[in-house]
Amino acid sequence: MAATPKEPVQFSGAGPLNTPISGVLTWVDQRFPLMSLWRDHLSEYYAPKNFNFWYFFGGLAMLVLAIQIVTGIFLVMHYKPSAAEAFASVEYIMRDVPAGWFIRYMHSTGASAFFIVVYLHMFRGLMYGSYRQPRELIWIFGMLIYLCLMAEAFFGYLLPWGQMSFWGAQVIINLFDALPLIGPDLSTWIRGDFVISDATLNRFFAFHVIALPLVLLGLVAAHIMALHEVGSNNPDGVEIKKHKDAQGRPLDGIPFHPYYTVKDIVGVVVFLFLFFLVVFFMPEMGGYFLEFNNFIPADSLKTPPHIAPVWYFTPYYSILRAITEDFMLVLAIGVAAYAVLIRLTVRDRRIGTAAMAVALVVIVLMKGGPLAIEAKVWGVAMMGAATLIFFLLPWLDRSPVKSIRYKGWLFKTALTIFVIVFLVLGYYGTQTVTPAGTIISQIGTLIYFAFFLLMPWYSVLDKTRPEPDRVTM
Amino acid sequence: MIKINKLIAFLLFVPALALAAGDHIKLDRAPINEEDQASLQRGARHFVNYCLNCHSAGYMRYNRLQDIGLTDQQIRDNLIFTGAKVGDLMKIAMDPHESKNWFGVAPPELSVIARSRASADGSGADWLYTYLRGFYRDADRPSGWNNTVFANVGMPHVLWELQGEQVLAERKVRGEGYMKTEMALKLDKPGKLSPVEYDQMVADLVNYLVFMGEPVRTDRKTIGMFVLIALGLLFVLVYALKKEYWKDVH
Repeated sequence: MAATPKEPVQFSGAGPLNTPISGVLTWVDQRFPLMSLWRDHLSEYYAPKNFNFWYFFGGLAMLVLAIQIVTGIFLVMHYKPSAAEAFASVEYIMRDVPAGWFIRYMHSTGASAFFIVVYLHMFRGLMYGSYRQPRELIWIFGMLIYLCLMAEAFFGYLLPWGQMSFWGAQVIINLFDALPLIGPDLSTWIRGDFVISDATLNRFFAFHVIALPLVLLGLVAAHIMALHEVGSNNPDGVEIKKHKDAQGRPLDGIPFHPYYTVKDIVGVVVFLFLFFLVVFFMPEMGGYFLEFNNFIPADSLKTPPHIAPVWYFTPYYSILRAITEDFMLVLAIGVAAYAVLIRLTVRDRRIGTAAMAVALVVIVLMKGGPLAIEAKVWGVAMMGAATLIFFLLPWLDRSPVKSIRYKGWLFKTALTIFVIVFLVLGYYGTQTVTPAGTIISQIGTLIYFAFFLLMPWYSVLDKTRPEPDRVTM
Repeated sequence: MIKINKLIAFLLFVPALALAAGDHIKLDRAPINEEDQASLQRGARHFVNYCLNCHSAGYMRYNRLQDIGLTDQQIRDNLIFTGAKVGDLMKIAMDPHESKNWFGVAPPELSVIARSRASADGSGADWLYTYLRGFYRDADRPSGWNNTVFANVGMPHVLWELQGEQVLAERKVRGEGYMKTEMALKLDKPGKLSPVEYDQMVADLVNYLVFMGEPVRTDRKTIGMFVLIALGLLFVLVYALKKEYWKDVH
């Protein structure tokens, strides 16, 4: 049936659909592919039957996106994007707008919830090899969504116009200052002023409420279209399309609707329970979801003693701060060692030679006396690389199996350490700089990159077990 | 493998080390009860009497005090000393530029002070409770006052007639196996209130400041209970629905 999407739907004889509604459906369907969309994406989209706990988070991310859009619309009705009025308008929403506090807390909690579910969704991908061929594009669209989400969160965070909003934006925009040649002009251009000001607030508002949500929705559509084209991966990492019945339906697949709709509703209810637990009982979440300093209106003359980004950015913030002038030597040695590793192990000599040449240039730019670029710039570069390196994952993982269930101890250990390092870096990103914290962040940074850059080697050396032919429940 | 386990253990342990290294102010727990309307009403009276001359609460409307059991008439008669209407915001006449000249810093807006003063050391209420009881005589300060939680504070001790005058004095305390001296507050000249009465008064005021920071605070918890109960019931239904549908999936 799925193979003939465009044929006009005929309803005849007695049956539940032979009603006035079915007449309307037929009328619509002759003009718009309603039934075929319904079939292709829900009633006849065959998903593997062995989805586990980790498969709730994609749907939940869509739910949070919907919450953010709906609450966002209502917030925009009352919020004033002006440096003089923004802070007061947020308090107006909290006090005078009927249920305004509820809408605002849903939006502020939703921002953090979005990152929680997206991080868990990404972790699922890492565990079960969901990024592997033929799902590379799904992964790339997903990573673009993640980047877009970070930008969306960053722009949105300025809007309450509290001290952390202001100084957080100041710190991040000043990063562009570090870029050689164009830096200062670029950061002025981004701000629209020489300091964070009304002009900055207005453009951030524009990005937050229209530009990025549009891009985000487009990317989500692309993410799901690509997913439904190739079909979902599953905890066993085997393709269900390899075994089909006489009608061409995967033997291990079940229709998304009703099976996964009813299952996802259970996940939604559990999620909403936790979500509303935060919204109603701990909306500040101990200062992690709503930072205490942000209840002080922005003051350009008073720098807070401790500026930290919101928790979901802190792993990258730690990497940024870890790149100090003393650390450059370690990084340069790391680059050299990596080039030597490529030279010694890759059969194609030209690749090894090219790697050596690139490494030489990088090392000169890192430690080459007058030619060296300052550590601050490298910090920005490493922070950017830490987010972008996820894009390469489909080509870094060369294991013969997809799922962690059949991978060996090397990959399992690497992934465990990576997750711990990500959390530890996240923790240090929320803290003030201490010598011990810096050293730990530096070790963490090395491990973070090693997880990705050494994957082509350890994923091959890893002792895997054979994948099953069919999925296991 | 053992090495890796050690590394994991080390990485998990390090946050505790860093936590121990930071310097923290010891705050007293504020003995407040946000559902005690009598305390909130006393706190509101102290607030308009002692705070609302130099500090504004410009996001808070007078008639929001209905939430702590007052009628518009009671608010008008007892709590509004200016020409403000009951629906007006709690603004003040003092010019912040002038007050900056007088105190060295413009007195901060207090609507959300209880929220902004929260930190890893304690809640905003704890900070305010400790702060308002932490003033002591300091001849080196222009105002003659200093504070144990807010060093070199600009505000003089407005409540000194009630609390009396404290000084910072050395006190011997028992350390680990030896006696050590530390600086502690001592009531030098008693005020109109006994220390117990003064603490109670500050607690009422802090209770009110917490309420004013988020007037919907108690309501949202009540609503939240109903929402969570409803979701709990819904869970039973949707879980049964899922079970029913998935019976035939093997």
